[in-house]
Amino acid sequence: MKHLFRCSIVILVVCGIMPLASAQDELSPIEEVQTRLVKIFGAGGVGGLHSYSTGFIISPDGYVATVWSHVLDPDVVTVVLGNGRKLDGRVVGAEPQLHLAILKVDAEDLPYFDLDDAATAGTGQRVLAFGNMYKVATGDEPVSVMQGVIAAKTKLRARRGAFEVPFDGPVYVVDAITNNPGMGGGVLTTRDGRLLAMIGKELRNAETNTWINYAIPVDELADIAHQIKTGTFRRNDTPRDRKAPPQNYRAIDFGIVLIPDVLNRTPAYIDGLLPGSDAAKQDLRPDDLLLFINGELIQSCKELQSELGRQEEGDVVQLVVRRGDSLVSVELEAPEKDEP
Amino acid sequence: MLNIPTSLIAAMLIIAPISAAPAHAVEPTVAQAEQHRVEVMARAASTVVAVFGAEGAGGGSGVLITPDGYALTNFHVVQGAGNFMKCGLADGVLYDAVIVSIDPTGDVALIKLLGRDDFPAAPLGNSDLLHQGDPVFAMGNPFLLATDFHPTATFGIVSGIHRYQYPSGTILEYTDCIQTDASINPGNSGGPLFNTAGEVVGINGRISLDKRGRVNVGAGYAISINQIKHFMDHLRSGRIVDHATLGAIVSTNQDGAVMVDNILDDSPVFRRGLRLDDEIVSFAGRPIRSVNQFKNILGIYPKGWKLPLAFRREVDGNIETHEIIVRLEALHRSSELTLGGPAKKPRGPQLPKNKRKDQQPDPAKTSPELAKYYQKKPGFLNYYFNELERDRALRGLPELGDFSGVKGRWIVTGKTETGEDFRIVFASTGMGMLLGENAYLQPLGEDVVTIDEPPGSGGLLAGLNHLRRLLTLGPSGFSEFFYVGSTPLDGVGERVDIVEAELNAERSLWYFHKSTGELAGFDFWIHDDADPCEVRFSGTREFRGRMLPAQWTVKHADKIFVTLNIDNCEFPTSDDETVKEAGR
Repeated sequence: MKHLFRCSIVILVVCGIMPLASAQDELSPIEEVQTRLVKIFGAGGVGGLHSYSTGFIISPDGYVATVWSHVLDPDVVTVVLGNGRKLDGRVVGAEPQLHLAILKVDAEDLPYFDLDDAATAGTGQRVLAFGNMYKVATGDEPVSVMQGVIAAKTKLRARRGAFEVPFDGPVYVVDAITNNPGMGGGVLTTRDGRLLAMIGKELRNAETNTWINYAIPVDELADIAHQIKTGTFRRNDTPRDRKAPPQNYRAIDFGIVLIPDVLNRTPAYIDGLLPGSDAAKQDLRPDDLLLFINGELIQSCKELQSELGRQEEGDVVQLVVRRGDSLVSVELEAPEKDEP
Repeated sequence: MLNIPTSLIAAMLIIAPISAAPAHAVEPTVAQAEQHRVEVMARAASTVVAVFGAEGAGGGSGVLITPDGYALTNFHVVQGAGNFMKCGLADGVLYDAVIVSIDPTGDVALIKLLGRDDFPAAPLGNSDLLHQGDPVFAMGNPFLLATDFHPTATFGIVSGIHRYQYPSGTILEYTDCIQTDASINPGNSGGPLFNTAGEVVGINGRISLDKRGRVNVGAGYAISINQIKHFMDHLRSGRIVDHATLGAIVSTNQDGAVMVDNILDDSPVFRRGLRLDDEIVSFAGRPIRSVNQFKNILGIYPKGWKLPLAFRREVDGNIETHEIIVRLEALHRSSELTLGGPAKKPRGPQLPKNKRKDQQPDPAKTSPELAKYYQKKPGFLNYYFNELERDRALRGLPELGDFSGVKGRWIVTGKTETGEDFRIVFASTGMGMLLGENAYLQPLGEDVVTIDEPPGSGGLLAGLNHLRRLLTLGPSGFSEFFYVGSTPLDGVGERVDIVEAELNAERSLWYFHKSTGELAGFDFWIHDDADPCEVRFSGTREFRGRMLPAQWTVKHADKIFVTLNIDNCEFPTSDDETVKEAGR
């Protein structure tokens, strides 16, 4: 670490930002960050689900932010501090839409990240990624650190339908391979160790089948984390207003009745058709499986709904359904909406 | 568009050098650092080896560490490649190489490139000085991209140090290794991880794999060069090198303390006093706070090394702390270690080997030039190198004088440290000793049991018989006599070469100072499950043209048995040329 630290000193000195004085025996930025990270061990270990993840301490009295996942399913998970201390962690709240969960451990005077004092980064900025990928670290061993560059600051919803994720806010995309078991809940920091973002879950772009290395900026998490900590958080199951996607149409507006959406990814089967509707006239039938809408693969009722929601009056919607072993194409026109 | 007025071109030419610092200009320090890195990488690249089987099959990497061609690579790279390999260097030349030694547990192999004594060699760094975040770069031949053998460089940081990677269905275990995000891929195996000074800090050999197939996912592991340094002389011995076990298993208790969970009562560590439920405090000078740390330390030392171990025990409510020096035992039986190695491939980034192995001719058969570098002998990987190292280790012996003609009795006399007289008689049929009031007589020969050794010496007289045979007969005085490697003398001293001698069921290890070749002492075992008789020498004295150590310290089971100061040695005169000449 000393090399990197010296390099950054050189650069900062060159830029005239930082005075030369810097005690050598102080912790390096990477060591500082490590003191504020925890290893989390919980449910999993079967069926390819890993049983470990990473978290970061956000208050001296033991609140820990991490990614919301199956690892947190048990009432109590094991939280291992940077110094190897093992503590019981309990979930005090979660916002699945943000993939954020807040744990509490019984401890005092912990080193922590101040969420109100997080940094931001632009495209091209060099960053460090911390997390316990592959459970390489146990006990007091520091978690893995990788270097990378912010490849983009973008919105996951820009690829709407491609990611199985409710979160549609801005994310950092990095070139470091953070999409690994155990990295979720880790942190992205600047080279000098300032908190930027929480590393997200292992998500795959369903369209290209590639894994995305992304992290959710702290700005997006801070308010909710604070509300959870103070007990004022009320979970809102509808998407957050400012980012709510348009919902211009539903399937029923086209005369299509879908099967009940009971699963995370309920296949978009037609349950029935409104008599006399355009859809019925076009010979769509119950038990047809909706596969494509305007050339986009539809993997669930939700994705269909979201795609229909974006249609404007008069748009022609191209649908491909699977009926038995054959594919059937139909075109439906978005009907006139009754103005309120 | 091409009609640019010449005056404008001239103006541009003039302006260009003056306006050398536009907004995108690079700081001179940054440019210098970049230039330095380019130079370091160019130098490093010249030492990197592309390793192939004899017929060009397979493919891994390696790194030259001496000008005469010794190169490190992974065991899993040479596994199945045969005794000879083809090695390409960055200069585009393909060299023949021969296997020297393998360390199947540590996944290390030493090979020797042939044909030059001025190979570019990479300096070895100190991997204990690495920190998380330090910049490092890997070099090698990933995906066999380089048809001209010029290595690929990938840059990254140290993601973790002191990592422990479990064996993956094989005996191969990565202990105390370096984790890096520098991209390591199939074909990189055996190649070097360099620090920014261009020193080798590790040998890349393993990557974490998950959902993306056999490609790097940001977590590669390198065997630390400091581990390899411990084994380096062992790796020159032409043998299959083994790692160590303590003879005790540890686990973490609820308070996070590392406790002895199980212990073998015939292990050296049991004889030194370690017991069930003792808490391990430190090992080899490093504090122990987890089982991984304990395994990390155990994994980086060869069998037979002595290491300090501190442990705590609660006795009647009081905590006792003990510090012992313990000799490590072999991790495997010799039958478990072969060049064929584990049937299952380790989970490392190696490329598929050529399956048409039967079609590979042995180059040694076709080239007598090469054949001399490989010598087959049971128990050895390549006996050629063992002889080479054995003779180097023994180079100090002739300086003691010519003992070859000395037959009959030697009589060594002197006083012990406590002022007692002693007298030792060396004869071919038996050894005798007078120590103060006591007399001991140890007959020699096959099937002779040790009947009359000085109690508490561990077998001094039978051991001194080995000394006599070593001096008068050399290697031919023993049924087995081979070079082992090196170790710090008694765990704390200067590095000494180790030569092992076997005669009947007796075994002795001979220690020679690496720097001078001087005989430092020996350990003698009457049988393997007992503590040895440890004799350490200091100084030399001349007796009629021959030199003997001046002071012999005899230790057994952690206690000094006696220290002998030699005053005189009488050699037989009948065929003693020195005496005859002196008499003229």
